[in-house]
Amino acid sequence: MAKFTKANSVGEWLDQRLNTTALNKVLMTEYWIPKDINFLWAMGVLLATTFGILVISGLFLMMYYKPDVNLAFDSVNYTIMQEVAYGWLFRHMHGVAASVVFLIIYIHMFTGIYYGSYKQGREMIWISGMLLFMTFSAAGFSGYMLPWGQMSYWAAMVITNLFGGVPIIGDALVVWIRGDFNVADATLTRFFMLHVFLLPIVIMGLIGLHFYTLRIPHVNNQSSEDIDFDAEAEKYLSGNKKESKVIPFWPIFISKDLAVLGIFLIFYFYLVFFHYNFAMDPVNFDPADNMVTPAHIYPEWYFLWSYEVLRGFFFDVGPIKAFDIGLAAFGFANAIFLLLPFLDRDPAVLPAYKRPGFNVWFWILMVDLIVLTVYGKLPPTGINAWVGFVSAMLFIILFLVLPIITKADAKKRGA
Amino acid sequence: MRELKILAVVVVFTLITYWGVEPFAHSQMHPHVEAADYQFKDVDGLGGLKGDAANGASLVQANCTACHSINKEGFPPVMDDATAAASYGVVPPDLSSSGKLYNAEYLAAFIKNPAKASKVEHKFVDGRVHPMPSYDWMQPQEIADMVAYLQSIAPEKMTNKEVFTDACQRCHGIKYGDMKGGSMAAKTPNEHIKAYMGKLPPDLSQYIRSRGESYLHTFVNDPQKHLEGTAMPRVGLTQEAEQQVVAYMQEVGDSKKAEREALGPKFLIYLVIFAIFAWLWKASKWRDVH
Repeated sequence: MAKFTKANSVGEWLDQRLNTTALNKVLMTEYWIPKDINFLWAMGVLLATTFGILVISGLFLMMYYKPDVNLAFDSVNYTIMQEVAYGWLFRHMHGVAASVVFLIIYIHMFTGIYYGSYKQGREMIWISGMLLFMTFSAAGFSGYMLPWGQMSYWAAMVITNLFGGVPIIGDALVVWIRGDFNVADATLTRFFMLHVFLLPIVIMGLIGLHFYTLRIPHVNNQSSEDIDFDAEAEKYLSGNKKESKVIPFWPIFISKDLAVLGIFLIFYFYLVFFHYNFAMDPVNFDPADNMVTPAHIYPEWYFLWSYEVLRGFFFDVGPIKAFDIGLAAFGFANAIFLLLPFLDRDPAVLPAYKRPGFNVWFWILMVDLIVLTVYGKLPPTGINAWVGFVSAMLFIILFLVLPIITKADAKKRGA
Repeated sequence: MRELKILAVVVVFTLITYWGVEPFAHSQMHPHVEAADYQFKDVDGLGGLKGDAANGASLVQANCTACHSINKEGFPPVMDDATAAASYGVVPPDLSSSGKLYNAEYLAAFIKNPAKASKVEHKFVDGRVHPMPSYDWMQPQEIADMVAYLQSIAPEKMTNKEVFTDACQRCHGIKYGDMKGGSMAAKTPNEHIKAYMGKLPPDLSQYIRSRGESYLHTFVNDPQKHLEGTAMPRVGLTQEAEQQVVAYMQEVGDSKKAEREALGPKFLIYLVIFAIFAWLWKASKWRDVH
């Protein structure tokens, strides 16, 4: 065992046993971040904060929520909203954060794509991030069902039905997932477990992994300049702070994050108090009724783009059913982002504005995703169905041509 | 400057998406309907006649009290709610407050032909008849007298809850109104109301949130506008009574509104102060490195 001398302070006592000084250096004061970043790099801290809000507000909600089909709706809309002191505040914080977290995830994701932060050495950052996105999606979906409202019930019906499209085991798979032949009490109880325990634990693990993946390749920067972090860190430590291209995570980087967080929280709490409705579908304030379908069934806004890819293929092609084509496209849409680092064939890490072809590709993708999102909510009839089809095709084509476009960009640069 | 440009791009894309999935999508899914008509211009009402309340009193007592109670005037219900519902399909309303709740033109038209005035003739075909018979055999003056009598006995003021109870609670429950006591359940027992209406009328506890105020106004004024063929009658509420109904639904369904609106600004003021200090701290830290 190491030798312990009498400590003169609590800090010293802890340092002797936990090596807190070294830990603090590694994680905070000598964890180097490029100086050339903009506010988009604060999205990570915003996400961590929003996740924190979700966990804490969720704990309070869990104290009063009842995962039972006969009690769930009233436990949320009466007990939590009306009886529990400030229950409404925790519910609105939770509901709004669940929606806003996806907005920030998307901004975070497209920042990464725009600046090429998924490439050459940073693949694991991207992959762990996409795994986080998928787990957040599962958590969002399972949580959406818990108040047992009419829209969430039927959304669950539609989404669980999709697994019926899996060859051979499809039907059995649907029953296995629901725990019943229908979306019923067994489904609610297991979704409750997934939402409050298993998925949050997985998310926490993935957040740890995501942070860890940044350690060796380091954070990217606005111009995607390849920085020698060791050399720049030495400059900084020798007092040459203005010339050094890096800054420590604490306190320089975090001070900017907190400033951005301040603005974000104003926006977030404005929504919580004055515009919480946007995150809560009015149809969900009707209790679930398995005898009556809502006039229009659609998921929450953050799933609309992939839902529209699913719905976009509305006609059979030869012997292949529309449902199967849609399902394959849906699977493609949900998996393809994971492969992005390998579809991008440009050997250099560069921001989009320095890659002409890719730049066009990026903005078309953005517009296409918005079109998919908007049309994902509209009834899929008449012209809407064709807009859905074209934008879904465009989405798939964009990813098929990405290797060619990125290679052409590299060639033009003479790389 | 560059950061502001980036922020502008993020904000514009966010707002376009928001506009598309909220205002735009909802305008597509819920077509616009005409504004509520509180004059009930389409009904065959009083026709400009002025009623005589004293004459109306004897007419009402002779024609109406066999089925309707008028508690205020000493006519108690002839049977309990369950028996009345079994006999008529639905509990007949007490007439004490009818003169206040319902528009006079509508009331006259309803006495003449209930199914027509309430726009539910589609329900009463193939030999089925509205539980209240039509009084269109009476003289228009007599009907005007009865309306005048009902108006003369109506209370000056009613609470929001009283209006809701008299106007809606025969068919609709609003259980969050008295979650523990259960007194806000529908007065007509479930099996009877289900047989009469074709389905169980919904509990209205959360309707202020699931339908929203403006939908409720146009819907209560004329249910057929939003749900063509619905079994719910047009009840003929005056604008004031309807506002009280919706206000009660808000008191019950969104009871923490006042608390929310009081706390919100304080939260935001605190956050603005936090943001200012955060930016000052940021500026002081980054001065060293720029």
